[in-house]
Amino acid sequence: MSGAVRVRVDRDRCCGAGNCVVTAPEVFDQDDADGLVLLRRAEPPADAADRVRLAVELCPAGAISVAPRPVPERSSTS
Amino acid sequence: MTVAALTDLPLWPPINLDRDPLVPLDAGERRRFAGPVTRVRLPTDATAWLVTRHADVRQMLRHPGFSADLTRPGFPLLRRIPPGAFGDRRGGFIRMDGVEHTRLRRMLTAEFMIRNVRRIEPLIRQTVDRALDGLHAAGPPADLVTHVALPVPSMVICHLLGVPYADHDFFQERSRTLIDRDAPPERVQRHVRELRDYLHRLVEAKVATGERADDLLSRLARDRVDTGELALDELVGMAVLLLIAGHETTANMIGLSTLLLLRHPARYAALRDDTGHAEGLVDELLRYLSIVRTGLPRLATEDVEIGGRLIRAGEGAIAVLSLANRDRTAFDRPDEFDPYRAAQQHVAFGFGVHQCIGQPLARAELRIALVELARRFPRLRPAATAGRLPTRDSSVVYGLDALPVTW
Ligand code: HEM
Ligand code: SF4
Repeated sequence: MSGAVRVRVDRDRCCGAGNCVVTAPEVFDQDDADGLVLLRRAEPPADAADRVRLAVELCPAGAISVAPRPVPERSSTS
Repeated sequence: MTVAALTDLPLWPPINLDRDPLVPLDAGERRRFAGPVTRVRLPTDATAWLVTRHADVRQMLRHPGFSADLTRPGFPLLRRIPPGAFGDRRGGFIRMDGVEHTRLRRMLTAEFMIRNVRRIEPLIRQTVDRALDGLHAAGPPADLVTHVALPVPSMVICHLLGVPYADHDFFQERSRTLIDRDAPPERVQRHVRELRDYLHRLVEAKVATGERADDLLSRLARDRVDTGELALDELVGMAVLLLIAGHETTANMIGLSTLLLLRHPARYAALRDDTGHAEGLVDELLRYLSIVRTGLPRLATEDVEIGGRLIRAGEGAIAVLSLANRDRTAFDRPDEFDPYRAAQQHVAFGFGVHQCIGQPLARAELRIALVELARRFPRLRPAATAGRLPTRDSSVVYGLDALPVTW
């Protein structure tokens, strides 16, 4: 399995405790203005997928979700 | 429920002075409350559901059908408080729900975000250094709680908020009363009022000066009060909450963590030699010690099924963080202290929208204080004491009142 994921964050739900930033700093950041989550990359490299899933687990507010990323061959046929 | 049936229910929190300070609940107590969802009697003679499994605690604390507002009728209070004893509750967002809570919390999220806490690490280090100088000058032997555990978080939060540390005796005594379940209601009432009055004067002075200092309360005064977004009394309430939450908890974690590490000299030494691992160690300390031992109380505002049990609207529930943190389905060999395990999914900071906003700060304070202690005092050990160590058994936040050490 490739494990590639697409990440979504919901800033309305985020409570800014920053667990995601500690867990996967290359994917998540906090906005300087309000401390809420910012997505650095919606399609993180495959080697970050496990940490992204852990970030989903740890997010106290349920503000992060992931979906499997469509494999490029298939999406190009559409 | 009849009185006889009520007294048949186990009492929460259990009173047990024989327990070791590092053990949240002994084996018998754990069997009694293992539920996984158990009906208990509270010291107020109310009843509540005790929720103990890791998954259930997380579900409960993230569920919008549970309220944190202790003024709602039926809220599972751990002590009798006459209505209105807490006086003006504006600004105290730890006890608010929904948009009311979000509105105030969001004014602080940027202040406590990881990047800003990293920025103040030099200040934390300086504070720790000064406290360790004090410990050195006072002994050996000397009390680690008086010289390190209490002053470090206190000085740091004072600096951040812009509160004079010189007044620490005043607010330390008052915050203690507020989280002590055995404190008489009149005293609670008086101490809340005195703390609020004190911070009111301070915040008012900050609002009055045109030139704003670079501290959190001054920033909020300028960016939120001046703009009409935040009432002065709300800012006062937020200041009370931050001042109490910002030093009581971390202080108790420093004291208990030191006791634990001194009982395992190899781990204490490893802290000095392998500082890269200190972050993982801090999370394991938070999990293992779970200092908010009485759990987090909530009131169900709708019927919710938790752990196979229907909790009805109007019933109280308590999320027992210490048991969730020892749940074997979430942690292998949960009763072993293992600094190398992945402990991040612990719930020592709570879960859901109220999860501790100060956690990046608390983690940094703990890491720096413990690493520097191990560096400067490699031969530290507990000093001989007559009898058991004084513990805070009636407090919402468990900890040691003293930890005599020598070196
Ligand atoms: C090791 C130290 C700490 C522990 C174990 C701890 C634990 C907790 C827990 C369990 C909660 C959730 C309460 C609930 O859901 O009812 C909480 C909330 C809170 N903590 Fe901490 N805390 C610590 C340090 C700090 C520090 C240093 C601050 C400083 C600013 C702080 C400020 C707060 C605030 C303001 C809340 C309320 C958040 C909200 O309701 O949205 N805490 N803390
Ligand atoms: S862990 Fe969740 S709540 Fe916390 S900052 Fe990240 S997205 Fe926001």
